[in-house]
Amino acid sequence: MSVVILVISIFNVEFYAVVPSIPCSRLALIGKIIHPQQVIHSVVHAVMGMLVAWCAAVMTKGKFQFLAVPCTPSESLDDAVPQMCLNEHHLFFLLSGAFMGYSYSLLYLINNMNYLPFPVIQQYKYLRFRRALPLLVKHTCVESLYFVRNFCVAYYFFGYIPKVWISTTMDLRIDSKLHPLDTLTGLLDLSLFYHAWLCGVFLLITWYIAWLLFKIYATETHHFPVQPTFAEETDQCLPKILNSNPPLIIKFLALQDLMLLSQYSPVRRQEVFSLSQPGGHPHNWTAISRECLSLLNDLTQRLIAQQEAAAANGRAKQPAGELKVSPQTPGALVTEDMSFQSQRSNIAPRASMSSLVKSSFMPLKTSPGSDVGSPFSSPALSCKMGILDVNSPWHGSVRSPQVTRRGPKLWTSGSDLQMNGSHHESFPLLSAAGVGSEAVQPRVIYTWLQNKQQQIKNFLSKRVLIMYFFSKHPEASIQAVFSDAQMHIWALEGLSHLVAASFTEDQFGVVQTTLPAILNTLLTLQEVVDRHFKLPHVSSKPPRISGSLVDTSYKTLRFALRASLKTALYRITTVFGEHLNAVQVSTEHKKRLQQFLEYKE
Amino acid sequence: MCSLALFPPPPAPGDITLYEVNNSLVCGRLHEQLTFQNQLADLPVLSLPKETLKAHSRLEHSTQPAFIHHRESLWKGCLSAWRDVGLCGVLKEIASAEEEGLQWVKTGSRYLLAVCHWLSSLHGSLFPHLSLTSEDMIAAFSQAVDWAGCTIRAFAWHPHTSKFAVALLDDSIRVYNSNSATIPSLKHRLQRNVAAMAWKPLCASILAVACQSCVLVWHLDPTSLSTRPSSGCAQVLSYPGHSPVTSLAWAPSGELLLSASPVNTAMLVWDVSTENCVQLQWFGGGGVTYLAWSPDGSKVLAAAPSAVFRVWEAQMWTCERWPTIKGRCQTGCWSPDGSRLLFTVLGASVIYSLSFSEYRGEMQGQVGGSKTASIVADLSETTFETLYGEERIGGEIHSMVWDPTGERLAVIIRGHADVPESQTVIAVFRTRNSPVFELLPCGFLRGECGAQPQLIAFHPCFKKGALLTVCWSTGKISHIPFFFMSAHVPCTSSSPSPVIASTSVCE
Repeated sequence: MSVVILVISIFNVEFYAVVPSIPCSRLALIGKIIHPQQVIHSVVHAVMGMLVAWCAAVMTKGKFQFLAVPCTPSESLDDAVPQMCLNEHHLFFLLSGAFMGYSYSLLYLINNMNYLPFPVIQQYKYLRFRRALPLLVKHTCVESLYFVRNFCVAYYFFGYIPKVWISTTMDLRIDSKLHPLDTLTGLLDLSLFYHAWLCGVFLLITWYIAWLLFKIYATETHHFPVQPTFAEETDQCLPKILNSNPPLIIKFLALQDLMLLSQYSPVRRQEVFSLSQPGGHPHNWTAISRECLSLLNDLTQRLIAQQEAAAANGRAKQPAGELKVSPQTPGALVTEDMSFQSQRSNIAPRASMSSLVKSSFMPLKTSPGSDVGSPFSSPALSCKMGILDVNSPWHGSVRSPQVTRRGPKLWTSGSDLQMNGSHHESFPLLSAAGVGSEAVQPRVIYTWLQNKQQQIKNFLSKRVLIMYFFSKHPEASIQAVFSDAQMHIWALEGLSHLVAASFTEDQFGVVQTTLPAILNTLLTLQEVVDRHFKLPHVSSKPPRISGSLVDTSYKTLRFALRASLKTALYRITTVFGEHLNAVQVSTEHKKRLQQFLEYKE
Repeated sequence: MCSLALFPPPPAPGDITLYEVNNSLVCGRLHEQLTFQNQLADLPVLSLPKETLKAHSRLEHSTQPAFIHHRESLWKGCLSAWRDVGLCGVLKEIASAEEEGLQWVKTGSRYLLAVCHWLSSLHGSLFPHLSLTSEDMIAAFSQAVDWAGCTIRAFAWHPHTSKFAVALLDDSIRVYNSNSATIPSLKHRLQRNVAAMAWKPLCASILAVACQSCVLVWHLDPTSLSTRPSSGCAQVLSYPGHSPVTSLAWAPSGELLLSASPVNTAMLVWDVSTENCVQLQWFGGGGVTYLAWSPDGSKVLAAAPSAVFRVWEAQMWTCERWPTIKGRCQTGCWSPDGSRLLFTVLGASVIYSLSFSEYRGEMQGQVGGSKTASIVADLSETTFETLYGEERIGGEIHSMVWDPTGERLAVIIRGHADVPESQTVIAVFRTRNSPVFELLPCGFLRGECGAQPQLIAFHPCFKKGALLTVCWSTGKISHIPFFFMSAHVPCTSSSPSPVIASTSVCE
């Protein structure tokens, strides 16, 4: 038994993740199931399940105890040697254990049980465990019932295979006196059903408890010192950890600790606001605020990319005739000056996005390395480098596969169409622009290849079955964008609490130097998040969650993010009040801030 | 200790308390009030008489009576009873079945039903409030004096702006805003028997409403001009076994919402944006009737229907248990810094005070309360000799509010029901929390003739002192300002000036 628990715990530890992986299409789900890692997980769980079932069978004694039993003596007492027969009940038990182990492993994958949800409120470990226990028992009983039922069905259809196999390999006879179990009457044995169910409950309870305890211990708050007391502790202090790239779980714990200290602990806040002893630099605050801001900026970029993809889909779905009426007609492009002005004019029709472009550039300068995720940066960069400047937003999306593959796309078929459209257009453009043909040649072949690829894709996407596997669930892809939003929520809360506390506690004014940047980031993010919730397919309300054992809170993280973003902004504006008018932000953001000050958001 | 005998005599009948200035309450006639109210910040003085409210068009809550009764088979009936009521419904259905045969099933279910009834009555004898109907239960535990009969059932000021919500007898809620003329009226299918309301702090317009069956969270658009927001704006937070909800409290940091029901021993901590909830279970006490979150966010008072209440510490969520001698805790309020709790118990006309060590955040999981509660005011019945005759004032305390500066305390004293002369009045105290806690008499407030106070609330951000809003039993809502210079000035001088340095030191 202890071996089983140990192995299961090892698997729990090995497989945990703070960020759930959400399969966007059914094919991805199947891919996950046949992934070698998952196969090993399943096989080991099945073996462990069998082991537990064997233990249970031995413990129950009676008719379940041994695989081989002496046959019931037949009428004719010819055989002096009692022959050994197969105990089908024992086999049934072992197989049910294996089946439950496999089912558990499958559900573990499908329900993202390796995801570690962090609790809404802090509580002591014992209390959390006690709170979860009744639910765990109930959940286990019900699930075990379902497993046994499914297993009975499976055994009814396929039970003869292992039976025959075992009896031939181990040279055991099948007792003809007893009812075979893979018939209806055999399976209607209540005692067998009850024992199998009990064994399942036992197995699942031990496994779930191990899982629950691991979850509780892993998400327990950890206290990171803000300032090292000894030199060797430098690596363990909060600003250092936030700025390095530790395993995600440590980063999560650090951010959680930041949120807690900013909210509850004046003494530790004081350490954050303090200046370094020789030199007088606010290293702690700078490190913490920089990391939080870069996290939030990353999220902004990702959302913009996603919105851009969605908007492009929307446009591509319009009839092809309308595509031609887009601003870049070939005639306009023959003109030599394809400089920034024309690009401006091209972007100008997309006035809705222009503000985002501006604001997304500002943080780009401050945080190097974050510029890969943005499709907006690509036209600008190509402009500067002078490559094939077609300066169209369409062209940006031609090269965007690299980008959009990173951020999840919404509808594959939709974006395929859009790519097609852009390629048809880019041909006349290229020739008209009259760029050196040597440079164009490989490009043309490449685009031709891509074109073919798109055509094949288009062809395939019309087949229903393939569509079924490839089509992306919009909800799932949205969930995937926000899968690690817990980090951002904590960053928001920590930052806003620190800024609010700085109004009275910051003696050296270290926070004020970063206040415009913080406000800028928050307001930009607010704008982007607002826009995100206006997209089609985005529900504005969280789905109903039934109180089940398996946590699905990752599905609603985006709503939590939206709420905490607004609260964070209000926290800052409520504390600072009219003083915010003196902070240097753009006029657009100033207008927004004024609305926050008047409680009209 | 302060007692009612130290109070100045109540104002003459016919006079109305208008405001407090120079430490004395000024009374006057009705027309003076009208002229005076115009000077005050444009807060609406409302009159919501009972007659104008449309009563329920139908008394039954289900649509069943509107349809012709249709006989269905026993099997179907059981199925629907199971869906609607649960096990008890199925048993009842079987016991009342008219089919022949099945005799033993019918008698068996009858016995089972009897056992169920006996068990529930046993439970009810332990906690008598469980045998009340849910409406009676709300009426018993609500902060409103006459919840069942009065037009106004609940009242809530927005924590940051001049905006308040009023829940009315006809189960609608109206939101009044001093800056806008539109008065949204909120109605929802599930919004029935509203017991309490609370605005979300650090937010423009999110209102949580405690209803009979659930908690509704209204998301109102502050810029919208619509007077009838659709029920799609409301989020429904329900939890099995957690109804009726009688009290709500938002965390001052705006992230969590607490809800309490006298039937459920657990109070629920809601993460409203994701609709997740965490149960905070404590057995004993039989339920939770009243919640009050301290303004600094560190502690929560949770009163129970039996003679016990608890104070939770809001970081690690551990609690201290406080058994009371006389009866259940009726109401309580926190000082602005969260270091002192004033509470009253049913059956005793005194105010108790409980002090807590100052919250530092380092003592995780400790509430830090003092060992015993002390009596700070005695409000037992006192006779006042006035020019117009004798007046007897005093009795049990029904509700109590402390203003955000911590300088005024208003208390609704309920007269004895069997003594006709005794009346329900509002007494106001002057308070000081530091260095020593002090409670000094200020005076009685009087409304129009025949008007009994129903609900009281302080304006959360009145600049010139404190502003008490009183809802009267006549359906009138009036505002009584207390003008004083607060000693509790926010220390803005020590904070750095918000001018931004053009070049940062560190970068």
